[in-house]
Amino acid sequence: MKLESKVPEGPLAEKWTKHKFNLKLVNPANKRKYEIIVVGTGLAGASAAASLAELGYNVKAFCFQDSPRRAHSIAAQGGINAAKNYQNDGDSVYRLFYDTIKGGDYRSREGNVYRLAEVSVNIIDQCVAQGVPFAREYGGLLANRSFGGAQVSRTFYARGQTGQQLLLGAYSALNRQIANGKVKMHTRTEMLDVVVVDGKTRGIITRDLVTGKIESHSGHAVLLCTGGYGNVFYLSTNAKGSNVTAAWRAHKKGALFGNPCFTQIHPTCIPVSGDHQSKLTLMSESLRNDGRVWVPKTAHKGLKAKEAASIPEGDRDYFLERKYPSFGNLVPRDVASRNAKMMCDEGRGVGATGLAVFLDFSDAIKRDGKDLISAKYGNLFDMYKQITGDDPYQMPMMIFPAVHYTMGGLWVDYNLMTNVPGLYALGEANFTDHGANRLGASALMQGLADGYFVIPYTIGDYLANIGWNDKVGTDHPAFKEAIDKVNDRVTKLLSIKGKKTVDEFHRELGLTMWEYCGMSRNEEGLKTAKKKIQELREEFWKNVDVVGSANELNMELEKAGRVADFMELGELMVDDALNRSESCGGHFREESQTPEGEALRKDDEFSFVSAWEYKGDNQPEELHKEELRFENVKLTQRSYK
Amino acid sequence: MFGNSLTSIFGSLPNNFSMKWLIDLFTSSLGRKLLMALTGLFLISFLVIHCTINAMIFLNDGGEAFSKWGHFMGTNPIIRTLEIGLVAGFLIHIVQGLALWRANHAARPVKYSVSKAPANGTWYSRSMGILGTLLLLFLIMHTSHFWIPNRTNQFTQGEELPLYKMMFEVFSNPWVVFFYVIGCVSLFWHLLHGFASAFQSLGLNHLKYNGIISFVGTAFSIVVPLIFALMPIAVYFRWIN
Amino acid sequence: MKITLKVWRQKSRTAKGEFKTYQADHVSSDMSFLEMLDVLNTSLIKKGEEPIHFDHDCREGICGMCSLYINGHPHGPLQTTTCQLHMRSFHDGQTITVEPWRAKAFPIIKDLVVDRSAFDRIQQAGGYVSVSTGGVPDANEIAIPKKIADEAFDSAACIGCGACVAACKNASAMLFVSAKVSQLALLPQGHAERKERVEKMVAQMDAEDFGACTNTRACEAECPKAISVTNIARMNREYFSAVFSSYEVTVGGGD
Repeated sequence: MKLESKVPEGPLAEKWTKHKFNLKLVNPANKRKYEIIVVGTGLAGASAAASLAELGYNVKAFCFQDSPRRAHSIAAQGGINAAKNYQNDGDSVYRLFYDTIKGGDYRSREGNVYRLAEVSVNIIDQCVAQGVPFAREYGGLLANRSFGGAQVSRTFYARGQTGQQLLLGAYSALNRQIANGKVKMHTRTEMLDVVVVDGKTRGIITRDLVTGKIESHSGHAVLLCTGGYGNVFYLSTNAKGSNVTAAWRAHKKGALFGNPCFTQIHPTCIPVSGDHQSKLTLMSESLRNDGRVWVPKTAHKGLKAKEAASIPEGDRDYFLERKYPSFGNLVPRDVASRNAKMMCDEGRGVGATGLAVFLDFSDAIKRDGKDLISAKYGNLFDMYKQITGDDPYQMPMMIFPAVHYTMGGLWVDYNLMTNVPGLYALGEANFTDHGANRLGASALMQGLADGYFVIPYTIGDYLANIGWNDKVGTDHPAFKEAIDKVNDRVTKLLSIKGKKTVDEFHRELGLTMWEYCGMSRNEEGLKTAKKKIQELREEFWKNVDVVGSANELNMELEKAGRVADFMELGELMVDDALNRSESCGGHFREESQTPEGEALRKDDEFSFVSAWEYKGDNQPEELHKEELRFENVKLTQRSYK
Repeated sequence: MFGNSLTSIFGSLPNNFSMKWLIDLFTSSLGRKLLMALTGLFLISFLVIHCTINAMIFLNDGGEAFSKWGHFMGTNPIIRTLEIGLVAGFLIHIVQGLALWRANHAARPVKYSVSKAPANGTWYSRSMGILGTLLLLFLIMHTSHFWIPNRTNQFTQGEELPLYKMMFEVFSNPWVVFFYVIGCVSLFWHLLHGFASAFQSLGLNHLKYNGIISFVGTAFSIVVPLIFALMPIAVYFRWIN
Repeated sequence: MKITLKVWRQKSRTAKGEFKTYQADHVSSDMSFLEMLDVLNTSLIKKGEEPIHFDHDCREGICGMCSLYINGHPHGPLQTTTCQLHMRSFHDGQTITVEPWRAKAFPIIKDLVVDRSAFDRIQQAGGYVSVSTGGVPDANEIAIPKKIADEAFDSAACIGCGACVAACKNASAMLFVSAKVSQLALLPQGHAERKERVEKMVAQMDAEDFGACTNTRACEAECPKAISVTNIARMNREYFSAVFSSYEVTVGGGD
């Protein structure tokens, strides 16, 4: 299979403009003859559904939550980047492009990333026009902050709830189109399969989560805006419902999966408190602007936060400041995470589990006063206290890295189309833009860029080419066949009646993934993981216990289907991590490090996108490589010393 | 020409003269609140006058001032016309209140088995329906003591009844005094929520004025019912003659 | 710690529901309330019983999916979401009653899961600024005083969980509706549709069978995002001024 990125030739800055001109247009009068299916209503899905409906297409949108407003985009705290240069501090589209491609450790496409930086400015305009209440200066103009170690202030924010406000903006645009009758919204509905006929995507199969009814929906194109797959680790900062099922079903229908092993581990999360732990809570990265990360120089087993004061200054190891004097506590996420893990591996971790490091604000409070610190981080401190019972004004926070975002996803070309014609992937569900590591405040930017400003142009090209009458109705045998398969799987899950709950399998899968395919990976561990996952999967299909029936709200059944898919994905992630024997971004292979223990990229061998092709049940997947060409940036090793 | 414009005025009426929006307003949840608030404030203004004139019995002048002003209020054509508005105000406030109570009750057909409502608000703000019903019962008793017989007499005999004298008769019964005091206590709680609530319903909520509204509301709720309650008590104990 | 739970179980929208009592014997004070239910559910599944269904998603207190009326309070005794409520807020041996949101406008789907789509329909009635993608002015062309932006933000912080409806003795949705009305009434972007918006949203709210506000302020006291009843006053103001001054342009340019 030849992978064509379809990134247009020509100077970087002109690629998108040129491409937009070359894309075919759909006659305005014909737009209403097309039906587009959008799965997922987060930033990417809601913005795409609304924008396409505004253009005149008929849209059917689906989400598994009870309302589009619940999508997990809502939980993003920090902000959204845009190359507005409102602060006059030297930002530009090119600089945002450069930072993003460098931050991604040179594993993303130049063309895509440049386009992302280019449309970033439009996103802010759009959101403000919708009434998103971004932070403002006293003069009434928009405020910015520097985020995630960026050298310029280009992050727009809405207190600690930027994701929420942006999503509610997109949700309001979506609501307007629902009211107009251009979007038909299906809530509490889960996509369980994609229907492909004659090599083109023709629709999807869904399950109504309330009635259990399996239904088919046909359309001219299907957009998967279904988010990331961080929950393969069981514990992550993702919402409990976040899952890979839609993307995985598409993968099994032929869509390639790009860079599955690229996961982002966020350094500042609240540590695990016990076996009951169901998810992890992220504390905004901005805390590292004032908090100092440390562990005791010698192991203190079970050291509690309230005992931290008993460790004298001289016995503390501010390891990030020590190892990276120029960036200090503000090193990128992957570096901060890996170093915290190393401290814990050395036995110097703190807390009851020994899997935590301190994030200390006492110096900042001494320097700036409690009021200023409270103004900056008050809500985060309250949240921390609420969850842990400890007061960060009195004692250091305890933090530990947690899975946060997945850079990998369905392989798409410059038009955001997968290799299956008519099937698109947007936002976190696709693999583009962030390479091997995502910069802070870039996820919101990408989701909205894809939905508001890329797909409305690129989808027209495909639709105009196929024509509005090239549609297959739900009475086609392919739909019937897909429905039967989905039903069979549901029946199968309910009939096993084994001894272990879905959550028990999920937790076990998560532990394996975290242990062997988490913050650092090695060949031996990955091989062990592969074996373990295969065994677990085998056991799952013999020993899972799913109570309840198919024709009602049955959350165990929903989870079972998702966990089954996670187990297959988990193995692919391990395969991908095995194959990529270099360290880059969030993927740290112990075999590939510099003498100082830093990540060592191997550009000669691995400057490509891994795109995996499904070859049938229990068959090894086939690797395709999309070579990455860098014409504008010079590849350098990241250094934060 | 004059005729033409007349035709055009009347001719255009059926098209443009629509009261639908007004009906929509007063059948909407917010419109009902508006009516409750406006009639409530109107009734509050009535209380001021009623209380002022009745308080003249405390002058202890044998009812001279009281009767003089009572006569004015009972016979002045402007006041008599306004009285129709007052009756309408009472009726709207009562009917809307009951309708609201019914609709609000229906909005939660299955009640909670455990509810800790006291933790999130005052009991009297949640009990305006009950307090209002108590006040309605009081109102029936009170009007049948004074207002109804007096007006009936005015219509049938053309002259007023000696209200000051009647008061001494009515308030000689300790039970009547007791129920009047209960009525005044209900009025106190009803006003304590109702006064400020009316401003909130009208949308008059502003950091600069909330304090004064709340202060005046509380003071009014205490002073007016207290003066009213003192009347039957003072008469019963013959503090006045 | 040991906890006794009285939980509302109801098989479907039309089925008759009842309270069932469960014992949770190994509850850690570090557990969130939902994690305690997770553990209970695992034990129910092991016994072959159906787990208790409840809505939840982000478990970070922002998505608004979780609900539960716990011991007489929406989201439990603290002014936060249920997912952020931890078992340290309860004591050993306590009996906890867990009920679904109760409102005619929020019919029960199963157990503790209710249908809050009425909220979506109210937003669809007008909770937006009618701007299409593209063709908008530069973000800094609209200067908004910081105070106004902050106040709009306070209103925009609503997570749409429905605790206000659950807390209100009248099952009124006015805090929810007024939060969106306020946000867009405060911001200049919302001014073009200001009158139409409030009229439509209030009409839809009434059509959904929510009760009316009687200013008890229970909503404000229980709202996990501390949305103030000032918003309700603002909505009232907006509504009255809209009703008395709005008009339809019915003929274009005269005949």
